Amino acid sequence: MSISRINRRNLFKVSALASGGLMLQLNLPVAALAEDGGTLVQSKELNVYVQIDTDGQITIYSSIPEMGQGIKTTLPMIIAEEMGARWEDVVVLDAPLDASKYGMQGAGGSTSVPRNIDTMRRMGASAREMLIGAASLLMEVEREDLDARESKVIHSSGESMTFGQLAAVAVRQPVPDPEMLSFKDPRSYTIIGTSIGGVDNLVIVSGQSQFGIDVDVPGMKFATYARCPRIGGRATSFNATEIKAQPGVIDAFILQPDARAGKASMGFLDGLADLRGGVAIVGDDTWSVLAAREKLQVTWDESGASDDSWAQMVDQAKQIAAEGGGEVRLDSGSVAPAFAQADNKVLEAFYQFPYVAHVCMEPMNATAHFKKGTAGAADAMEIWLGSQFPGQVKEIANNMFGITPENVTVHAKRMGGGFGRRAVHDFAAEAMAISHRMGIPVKLTWTRPDDIHNDFFRVGGFEQMKGAIDPAGNLAAWDQHYIGFSKQGKPVIGSGLRGNEFSMVALDNARVTQSMMDIATPCGAWRAPGSNTNAFVEQGFIHELADLAGRDHLEFLLELMGERRWLDDGNVNALNTGRAIDVIKLAAEKAGWGKTLPAGTGLGLAFYFCHAAHVAEVAQVSVDADRNFRVEKVTVAVDVGPIINRSGAMSQVQGSVIDGLSTMAGQQITMENGVIQQDNFDEYPVMRIAATPEVDVHFIESDNPSTGLGEPALPPLAPAVTNAIHAATGERIRSMPLSELGFKLV
Amino acid sequence: MSKFVLMVNGEKVEVEAQPEMPLLWVLRDKLKLTGSKYGCGIAQCGACTVHVNGSPMRSCVLPVSAVSGPVTTIEGLAQGGELHPLQSAWIQHDVAQCGYCQAGQIMSAAALLANNRNPDDDDIDQAMAGNYCRCGTYIRVRQAIHTAAAYYDADTSSTKVTGAGQ
Ligand code: FES
Ligand code: FES
Repeated sequence: MSISRINRRNLFKVSALASGGLMLQLNLPVAALAEDGGTLVQSKELNVYVQIDTDGQITIYSSIPEMGQGIKTTLPMIIAEEMGARWEDVVVLDAPLDASKYGMQGAGGSTSVPRNIDTMRRMGASAREMLIGAASLLMEVEREDLDARESKVIHSSGESMTFGQLAAVAVRQPVPDPEMLSFKDPRSYTIIGTSIGGVDNLVIVSGQSQFGIDVDVPGMKFATYARCPRIGGRATSFNATEIKAQPGVIDAFILQPDARAGKASMGFLDGLADLRGGVAIVGDDTWSVLAAREKLQVTWDESGASDDSWAQMVDQAKQIAAEGGGEVRLDSGSVAPAFAQADNKVLEAFYQFPYVAHVCMEPMNATAHFKKGTAGAADAMEIWLGSQFPGQVKEIANNMFGITPENVTVHAKRMGGGFGRRAVHDFAAEAMAISHRMGIPVKLTWTRPDDIHNDFFRVGGFEQMKGAIDPAGNLAAWDQHYIGFSKQGKPVIGSGLRGNEFSMVALDNARVTQSMMDIATPCGAWRAPGSNTNAFVEQGFIHELADLAGRDHLEFLLELMGERRWLDDGNVNALNTGRAIDVIKLAAEKAGWGKTLPAGTGLGLAFYFCHAAHVAEVAQVSVDADRNFRVEKVTVAVDVGPIINRSGAMSQVQGSVIDGLSTMAGQQITMENGVIQQDNFDEYPVMRIAATPEVDVHFIESDNPSTGLGEPALPPLAPAVTNAIHAATGERIRSMPLSELGFKLV
Repeated sequence: MSKFVLMVNGEKVEVEAQPEMPLLWVLRDKLKLTGSKYGCGIAQCGACTVHVNGSPMRSCVLPVSAVSGPVTTIEGLAQGGELHPLQSAWIQHDVAQCGYCQAGQIMSAAALLANNRNPDDDDIDQAMAGNYCRCGTYIRVRQAIHTAAAYYDADTSSTKVTGAGQ
């Protein structure tokens, strides 16, 4: 597949598009799609627009926020395919935020493909039928003899008309009944399944792309916001006179905590993000307000602030693990007898994983413009930001300032990373509150330390594991005690077991319990919530048990999968052991499982099922005497059904592997008496290029529906690497990050 | 406030700023050149990389008063309406995910290729060591640099783009 629009002319073409052209308006009532594609789901109805210019340019609107997951390219590919468009003729533009036309415009839980694929196909097919209808009229031929491809409608005689020529008439064709639409035979696909470069690549490489942080609004001022270092504290006073006298500073003031900011109609967001108390400084440019902030002296009221401490959490968890107990989530009844059986081998292990931060490359930011209503007009708010669920911002404006949704304009910008962080809009609430106070447009930019201190962290946690192996080398008992965290008694996002973990759905000799400790530290969704930590424990412990049994890990893991079966027939969110076996075998085969390796080098295997995806990974790792470890290669086998954009899918897998490695190798957030201890990248390192492994990706394109790939390739990485380190050195790793154990990723 | 005369992307510009204001904020807030990004402010991530006198610099820690020569930012990398070979290679390999780090990556790579037309992986790792990519695009960053180097080999002026993705 070639990209033809790589020239400067197209930069202008993109901007000229907003005007003119004919609008093919397709209002397709679409049945609510897959109920639950993952963690952050809502059902919805979509309306979508396809625009064809008389010169043949096809504009496809992308309605789902882009954060690097490639959705702005993937979904339009599906429309273009069904239309019979040539990709070279397609320009993709961001759709405005408009729930009445596009339904829920949000991205999370790797659900954008499964939630939207049917709608996209219908949209493309409907456009195609209208174009064919137009051609039938203009060419005076039967519809049956017409076919749309290459941006033309072609008659069986060979005669053809271009989409551009047909657009004016096509727009007056009746919108086809969605039930009557037919779809292309996948064997005739020319776009789906190929590699298509990101539609914004040109603007990105030329430095023209606009992220939220790049927004420039006439009359805009710049703000920084200092929150209490101890989470939950509020500002009572500060050296206002001194701060306001700093060069370039216009105003400085205290904002009080505001729980209304945290109210949200999306369940998982509700109550998550109150406005935090602090001091805002507004000035002429970012640097002036940051320099003034250096001089800031605040008196904080810390009554009611967090006193969370990581060291204490670890101690408490160990105590709970030793005591046992907890809420019983599953008990097959056979566990205790198996442990009592004298000739069974028994193993116990305590696993631990830390809190981690999202550190999106683009720190949180938002530009807000509050416009006080005059002469009877209502108050209004305009806001520019990167958000995974931009519609939520309207609710916040309403909750905080009583501005009704029709008076809130949200401009959703490309995000410099999301990973779950930009599902939460505390930064938007801050920007709106500052602009509300000032009555002018204000851009609030968080510093990196702000971004780390005020994150909604991937929650840490612990699992006390116990297993028994019978004399024949089979798993006789699995006892798992999850020790996690709750807020006011409710497990925080990503903590605890969901009930769909392997141990809970596939083992018939398991006991699973859960204990929760209450915390104040804010936690949120972090790429594959829950799965990214449970995979480490579950897949590491399975390897431990294989080892205890003296069995080959691959053979043991396949045996645990048992018969090929779908645990809930037809439900893509249920484990299918057949698909699991296939990816495990493929990854092992491609990685050369069983091959002879030099001393100090080993292979490690792991599998995980989440987000409707079956993924197996084999890491090849070498470790030297100084505990430097190098991940030489990661072999990945993925079954997410047919691949839509091969290049995008590869990117997501490569990125997930690197993200997983970066995180397990050296990332950890700790807190002491409610204060986050890491400030910036020098204390919270992201992996650098030299450590990049070779990543060998294999897709099994099963006949299951296509599902998302933003998250599921991440969870198996950590256990694959720690299992490989065990193979290389004999050392068992039961806690992350590895830097805490003296390992260094090289 | 002091006045500074800078040469940015071949154009002479005058800015008023505090002498210690880092070049990054002068570019972004004063000159509205937002291609260079803020990522950390402490020379750890490379998102703010620009060329000063042809050398890659972390503009977040370079006071405007210390800028000692012409500045090139990502906006000035394409010459005469033609993309730099690295920009073309970046598109060809579909490198970007979120895209936020990519200006810094490309500027570091451009400085590398200016001095070394045939870098091996170690040269690349060294030259690109200061640039984080949170999305993990490193594999394609390497591939794209090799591809751009090959453009130079074949024809110094060529910026042909022949394919997308892998
Ligand atoms: S912003 Fe300059 S190195 Fe990170
Ligand atoms: S592409 Fe997102 S940080 Fe590099």
